[in-house]
Amino acid sequence: MNIIPIRSSCSIRVTLNGRPVELAVRPEALLLDVLRDRLQLKGAKRSCDMQVCGACTVLLDGAPVSACTFLAVEADGREIVTVEGLGTEERLDPLQEAFIDHAAVQCGFCTAGMLLTAKALLAEDPAPTRERVVHYLRGNLCRCTGYRKIVEAILACAHAR
Amino acid sequence: MLRPFALYRPSTVGEAAEVLAREGPDAALYAGGTEVLLILKEGLLRVRSLVDVKRIPGLDEIRRDDGHLSIGATATHRALERAPAVHAHCPLVAGVARHVANIRVRTIGTVGGNLAFADPHSDLATLFLAFDGVVRLASRSGERDLPLAEFVRGPYETARRDDEILAAVRLAPWPAGTAGAYVKFGVHERPTLGVAVALMRGAGGDAVTDARLAVGCVGPRPQRLPEAEARVCGWSLADLARHAGEVAALAARDVDAVGDLHGSAEYKREMTRVFVRRILLVAGARAAGRDPHEHYPHTIIV
Repeated sequence: MNIIPIRSSCSIRVTLNGRPVELAVRPEALLLDVLRDRLQLKGAKRSCDMQVCGACTVLLDGAPVSACTFLAVEADGREIVTVEGLGTEERLDPLQEAFIDHAAVQCGFCTAGMLLTAKALLAEDPAPTRERVVHYLRGNLCRCTGYRKIVEAILACAHAR
Repeated sequence: MLRPFALYRPSTVGEAAEVLAREGPDAALYAGGTEVLLILKEGLLRVRSLVDVKRIPGLDEIRRDDGHLSIGATATHRALERAPAVHAHCPLVAGVARHVANIRVRTIGTVGGNLAFADPHSDLATLFLAFDGVVRLASRSGERDLPLAEFVRGPYETARRDDEILAAVRLAPWPAGTAGAYVKFGVHERPTLGVAVALMRGAGGDAVTDARLAVGCVGPRPQRLPEAEARVCGWSLADLARHAGEVAALAARDVDAVGDLHGSAEYKREMTRVFVRRILLVAGARAAGRDPHEHYPHTIIV
């Protein structure tokens, strides 16, 4: 049985945005804190802190998870993608382009989570219906209520491919 | 921020049971963490150890077993939604799994965690009552089976002992030709009300021979409503269409509604009446071979 004793760290290896990363974490370290405070990746946001709003969404082996309620030790041996890993400043991800084209961003606080959730959806279903998009995004809240343009951007991106 | 804890990662149920027996209430079971990490963050639960059961091989297995559908405790909601055995034997369960919480919770959260946490505002326990769900608990002294209705004692309270692990839940698939439906209603993250209904009919006959009606989220724990179920038995589908309101009134009378942030007890009783009638009509239409596309605000019908 593997045991990580209280107040001690264990070493984890993660593929983070395509690059191997090795770091020591304690069992109680939350992935969101490790990303934001130790790795300076500020794309995932702490908002509701209870898996309701989706602002802290990251991809774990391609599937969306809430980094706010996920132990960093669980990422050992897995692949994590944050919004910083989606595209580069020179070459944005097609979803990011679509969000810009459709003005699907208002304050921007939810955008990273929206993009990553949409990324997972399109990997699963490259040509989703509107109903499927709405269902998949149900757990990502836009406090500006700009849902219509977000859904349209995702559908346009899917259909452009 | 979480307070420090040790993380045990047993690879067998026996190892997990050893840790639980030794640590007692200082340890909490942990799988997806979608519930337990929340109450740890809030400081509502303080433990020295988490016992991670999701690495135990086979504990997430979903399979047909001795005429039942056995769902391993660490199966995720996503796995439940997709498993061929669920689609084959309890297809309504796959449909409801698709609408549990949100995609992130469904990816990580487990069936066993959902049941063992016993949040009254949950879909699975209500739905599983309509399948005569039985939970299997494992400890150092062996296994025991407990009907779900006895397992869930109240809000966040179950009959699981500190040294026991919820290993699986077993459902009794409905007979061929059963028409079932589930409705959930609410404007919050968690449902305000859930109703599961099943109408069984004998071969070739129009009359309802057996019925299941379970209501959840409105009270301390989900419940079957035997008098309302009995009222439907013997009815034709035409009777049901005409008198569904009578059954709904019985359900509203018998449901153990309590007030909370989702609304007053009176409100929940009234919503029970409204939605039991609606979902009975949906199930009745399905039994007649029609699939009505009813739409109500803030409502999901599966």
